[in-house]
Amino acid sequence: MARKLPMYKAIAEAIAQEMERDENVFVMGEDIGAYGGIFGATNGLLEKFGPERVRDTPISESAFIGAALGAASKGMRPIVELMFVDFFGVAMDQIYNHIAKAHYMSGEQVKMPIVITTAIGGGYSDAAQHSQCLYGLFAHVPGLKIVIPSNSYDAKGLMISSIRDDNPVMYFFHKGLMGLGWMPSPEEAAVEVPEEPYTVPIGEAKVVREGDDVTIATVSRMVYEALWAAEELEKDGISAEVIDLRTLVPLDKETLIDSVRKTGRLLVVDEDYMSYGMSGEIIATVVERIGSELKALPRRIAYPDVPVPYSRVLERFVLPDREKIVKTVKDMVG
Amino acid sequence: MGVEEIPKETLLELYGTMHRIRTYEETLAKWYYEGKSPRFDISAGPIPGELHLSSGQESAAVGVCIHLRDEDAVIGTHRAHHFAIAKGVDLKKMTAEIFGRATGLSGGKGGHMHLFDAAKNFSCSGIVGASFPQAVGVGIAAKLKGEDYVAVAVGGDGAANQGTFHEALNLAAVWKLPVVFLIEDNGWAISVPKDKSTAVAKNSERAKAYGIPGVSVDGADVIAVYEVAKEAVERARRGEGPSLIEVRTYRLRGHFEGDPQLYRPKEDFELAKEKDPLDNFRKLLLEKDIATEEELARIEEENERKVQEAIDFALNSPYPEPEEALKGVFAGGD
Repeated sequence: MARKLPMYKAIAEAIAQEMERDENVFVMGEDIGAYGGIFGATNGLLEKFGPERVRDTPISESAFIGAALGAASKGMRPIVELMFVDFFGVAMDQIYNHIAKAHYMSGEQVKMPIVITTAIGGGYSDAAQHSQCLYGLFAHVPGLKIVIPSNSYDAKGLMISSIRDDNPVMYFFHKGLMGLGWMPSPEEAAVEVPEEPYTVPIGEAKVVREGDDVTIATVSRMVYEALWAAEELEKDGISAEVIDLRTLVPLDKETLIDSVRKTGRLLVVDEDYMSYGMSGEIIATVVERIGSELKALPRRIAYPDVPVPYSRVLERFVLPDREKIVKTVKDMVG
Repeated sequence: MGVEEIPKETLLELYGTMHRIRTYEETLAKWYYEGKSPRFDISAGPIPGELHLSSGQESAAVGVCIHLRDEDAVIGTHRAHHFAIAKGVDLKKMTAEIFGRATGLSGGKGGHMHLFDAAKNFSCSGIVGASFPQAVGVGIAAKLKGEDYVAVAVGGDGAANQGTFHEALNLAAVWKLPVVFLIEDNGWAISVPKDKSTAVAKNSERAKAYGIPGVSVDGADVIAVYEVAKEAVERARRGEGPSLIEVRTYRLRGHFEGDPQLYRPKEDFELAKEKDPLDNFRKLLLEKDIATEEELARIEEENERKVQEAIDFALNSPYPEPEEALKGVFAGGD
């Protein structure tokens, strides 16, 4: 049976079902127990599974993220939450030098079935240390799978896939999609979610709107900005195809290239920083293969290379949105 | 040393600053909820984003900062208004910053968690445990330049479980640097109580591990904080090395505004009221005939006026120009 769920409940349900299915799954993180996760992703887990399997941690990220590696090496399947992606700096060594590389460096002797979850995104004036996306930074490091759901159905299915995956998965949920009530979230993100467990494969993008004139490739909250922009563009007779990449590593190149081959135009929309990131990678991926078939130069709308400013007027100016998408697409098609 | 040995002028300054902080925080709280009802939306209103208020913890800031000069550095946390005010940061500019205005300390780029006032050597951060190593650096600068300024690094009880805390204590001790490490223990790392996160009862005990003095003091008693801090600051200024102070305080409000605090037992709220440093100090001043009701009332009225002026200044200030968001990433022009 399916019912509409906000994303935070879909994620918590996925974790609960996997914890029931597999006793090796456990959760650690800051405020994930009694509080249920600041963004609700572990809502109700402590009550169901108790403090041994749902462990509130001290603010000691190097310790508890490093501990995930140790636990994984003994066959456990830890899920570790670190509240905001902005906070990862303090624990990066354990992630990019150890968790990401252990399988490779060990000559495939050890597996790292770890899920690291975190909140991303701005738009609500939380400023430079609480609003970043940074998934591009993690996608850059070999050995980490990168999952970024945009709705509750994908959130549950991708979480179950992430937990069952034998590799470290970084699972990014956008605060502005969780459906928390106190944080603005598009209604469209809370979709029907089956009660029973199911998987959404890691590495499959989804065409969320079909169109002929331009491909807009994006992830997370920007999927909705792209969809709203596509509706606007429709009024002007421009037909935009919107692709929700859903996972950056592995990247579903086929869906992306098939779409751009059809439309001949590519716009990448990214809430992460512009330079050396997702937008450049997607464009390079397409241009390397079918650059000569394009009808227009590929474009990107990403976070300009500035820290996230606090004041609402400043943040709105730099945050990608539907108006910027509409304008850019018109330039490309016009 | 007791209250009798401290000049009346100093006592009234302590009280006045504590009262100004409380007035400020409670006034800000009212403004924070403007535009956030009937539905609480964190992105709405004149003060969007998170807001961490310091009500109940004033003694830690005031008892320490009264011993400091402008050239001494204070590096605060995400909850830093009390330290900013006690360090003498301009209340109008600080308020304008929190309201996201062009006249703010950082022109609206920083916001409430990222207050910078270079003239007062004050800064703070949204990342837990960030202050400790930074204060070490200020101490190095003092030593290299042959100056007698000191650095105060503030962290919560949660931050004392960060690697940065331990690394910085060791470094400051080895290099005998003029640093005061101040753990402001309010018993909670958001929802995680200290006894579930910290292996020792008092963080001051951790000083032993680094061979430096460590003292724990009751934050309900501002005079006790004053005395302990005096010794630590003077010791640092004399070039005798760092100290660790733990001030035991209570949070009168949630971790952030909008925190439902479901994790917090009733007794903790009651204790917070009982241990309120402002109430306690007011009673003491009257009981010991140090000040009259009229004298205190005059100080209180003056504070209310100053706070109102700061709010008015912010409200009457313009928002920054949106394009300002793109400027200031690099020194020397972008």
